[in-house]
Amino acid sequence: MNSHVSQEPKIALSGISKSFPGVRALHQVSLELYPGQVTALIGENGAGKSTLVKTMTGIYQPDEGEIRVGGNTVTLPSPHDAFQAGITAIHQETVLFDELSVAENIFIGHAPKSRFGMIDWRRMQERATTLLEDIGAAHISPETRLKDLGIANKHLVAVARALSINAEIVIMDEPTAALSHKEIDDLFELVELLKSQGKAILFISHKFDEIYRIADRYTVFRDGEMVGKGLLSEISQDEIVKMMVGRSVDQVFPKTEVTAGEEVLKVSGYSHPTEFADIGFSLRKGEILGFYGLVGAGRSEIMQALFGITKPSKGAVRVDGEVAVIRSPAEAIEKGIVYVPEDRGKQGAVIGLPIFQNVTLPSLKATSKNGFLRLAEEYRLAREYSERLDLRAASLDQDVGNLSGGNQQKVVIAKWLATKPKVIILDEPTKGIDIGSKAAVHEFMSELAGQGLAVIMVSSELPEIMGMSDRIIVMREGRIVSEVENNEDLKAEVLVRAAAGIGEEA
Amino acid sequence: MKKILRTREFWLAVVVAVMVFATNIRAPGFATPARLADIFDDSSILIILALGQMVVILSRSIDLSMASNLALSGMIVALVNQAFPAVPVPALMLLAALCGLALGGFNGFFVWRLGIPAIVVTLGTLTIYRGVIFLIAGGQWVNADAFSPGFVAFTRIDFLGLPLLSWYAIVIVAAFYLIMTRTFLGRSFYAIGVNPTAAVYAGINVGKTTFWAFCISGMLSGFAGYLWVSRYVIGSVEVAKGYELTIVAACVIGGISISGGVGTVAGAVLGALFLGVINGALPVINISPFWQMAISGAAIILAVVLNGRSGKQSARLILKEAEHTR
Repeated sequence: MNSHVSQEPKIALSGISKSFPGVRALHQVSLELYPGQVTALIGENGAGKSTLVKTMTGIYQPDEGEIRVGGNTVTLPSPHDAFQAGITAIHQETVLFDELSVAENIFIGHAPKSRFGMIDWRRMQERATTLLEDIGAAHISPETRLKDLGIANKHLVAVARALSINAEIVIMDEPTAALSHKEIDDLFELVELLKSQGKAILFISHKFDEIYRIADRYTVFRDGEMVGKGLLSEISQDEIVKMMVGRSVDQVFPKTEVTAGEEVLKVSGYSHPTEFADIGFSLRKGEILGFYGLVGAGRSEIMQALFGITKPSKGAVRVDGEVAVIRSPAEAIEKGIVYVPEDRGKQGAVIGLPIFQNVTLPSLKATSKNGFLRLAEEYRLAREYSERLDLRAASLDQDVGNLSGGNQQKVVIAKWLATKPKVIILDEPTKGIDIGSKAAVHEFMSELAGQGLAVIMVSSELPEIMGMSDRIIVMREGRIVSEVENNEDLKAEVLVRAAAGIGEEA
Repeated sequence: MKKILRTREFWLAVVVAVMVFATNIRAPGFATPARLADIFDDSSILIILALGQMVVILSRSIDLSMASNLALSGMIVALVNQAFPAVPVPALMLLAALCGLALGGFNGFFVWRLGIPAIVVTLGTLTIYRGVIFLIAGGQWVNADAFSPGFVAFTRIDFLGLPLLSWYAIVIVAAFYLIMTRTFLGRSFYAIGVNPTAAVYAGINVGKTTFWAFCISGMLSGFAGYLWVSRYVIGSVEVAKGYELTIVAACVIGGISISGGVGTVAGAVLGALFLGVINGALPVINISPFWQMAISGAAIILAVVLNGRSGKQSARLILKEAEHTR
């Protein structure tokens, strides 16, 4: 069936650029998808893959560049237009409607109508059944409510939906992230089916074994630019990895040399029933320990357990040599472990409360006396830390919601420093903030380590990990796969290979 | 000063004052200290209840069982007073508060430990608590002549020119001001209401704090149960029926956001006074009860619209922020 593959791309993007305030997400990138072929889009986190997908599905408008579908130039001002142009995306977290039936999900927006303009339920059920049979998913009943299906089956529904609108271009954005081996096999069979029908498929994954198994072509992005493309049969994994990381180091990290002091934190045999297993590491005063891995490798989950948000099933944590039992965030704070979460808006800053109350929130027990708060003490603490962090705000009574992202991050960091911690865990500390604030956070991190604080930094950004850490732990699928000292000899490729599991049998 | 002008509590106070003086033009003598003291006394129970509802709403919950709790706790002390007139009234007041605390704790337990939405739990207990009154009173009323003189007097005794009932409200308002602005618990109510996830990360136990909110609203309902029965000298299944919605209305008019985290003691008090003034003023200027209800209703919607608009402004700022951080 693949013999009639033409060399005319089904969709071709050229010269696409997209910027956000302070960030250049895409710069002059191009991408072609051919009928009956799978093209893998490869790149690190932040390379611009998601932005490109959003451009192709009408969510973002490119600042410049051209999109051609079947030879005609098109604009995609809205997701509906992308849909009309035959482009559909199957996401990691499938965006469908949990409370509706499978058939309704397949046909939402283009349900078959009866003569009176009402939905023709019978025809809808029949067509849904046929579509599901076509993709080998006859086991899914069209009447099932979507929320009762697992992720693999939800993907199948999404594919059925794509077929129902005769989508010619199918984007699969990390579709295997939450699937078991068997489910991945089934999904790939389906991809083969779509290929045989002449669909053009874009496949985004971090897993090289999957890419080599399913894809025909590759396109590599790095820092918002297209750095290579071609046939997968003509390139080795090593060469692709080199393309992914081969950056010019134009970012300077203000890491100062610190002689690490005595051990403050020791974790051993730390396991969770579903998220991570056999985690062991130690952390010393003045050290910055980087945790690198793909999104979903279990790094944040470990940190949340250390902070008492989730319960580990076994393992021991020692703080200053003493066994620490941590069952709640309050106990973690008491033991001197604090956690600055990734989602600043949702988990960090309390938008709606003034700055000073944000800063003192975790220290309230310490600053109050007999259950009563001491406002003067609170203001003193807030002033002290906002000065140390160079916080830009009109007044400490200002709502944090009115501050810029960088200043909000400073409030969040101030709030944790005010508890006088021994260990500070920063989860993706610079994700989504502008370059200037990024540098300030890095500088501050370095300063903290210089003052003897032990820092754990979870980051998916290689330059940050390599620029800031003294030691780096690489995780994959809930386990530590590598622990290395960070020095000039360390190659970025080593980390990427470890995180992606290249060179081992998965 | 500028800051005060910008608060919604200030403007609500202005509205209440304007209503009082406007009524005074139509019905001279309305704005005398004695009449105003009466209106305050009439509003005292609602003020106390609104404060209890406030902490629950701040914590992103709602307590629909307050009026039933009030009626049940009131019935219990009425029956005790009827059977054992010798029990001192302060002991009965304490008993009422403890009954209410237990009933509120029951609500809180279901919300905290079983994770059932507050509106469902308290909708259930709204009916259950009222049903229990039937069981314990056998469907009977406790009539005026059944109460001991002390039971009735403890809301009426004059102290420094005001009835004790008013003083209970004043003391509770003062205590609440202190709790909400100067204690760990008070700050926690705001934190879990504004951003429960961040509160968890700051070491605040969200479930337990919500539990305490229900305990407080329950305790105040119970105490108000004594006040109600003493003031209106009747204990029956019908006591304060439907009053839960008046309490919620007072909170909403007072600027307490139904989505949690926003609201002040002054707001709750003014919201209750607003309804008290309407109920006191409209009969005086010969406006029919239908209009009283319509005006209260309009005030609720207006309050929500105004609060919604002031809330939207900050939301837009957050969005702008979100675009930056993309």
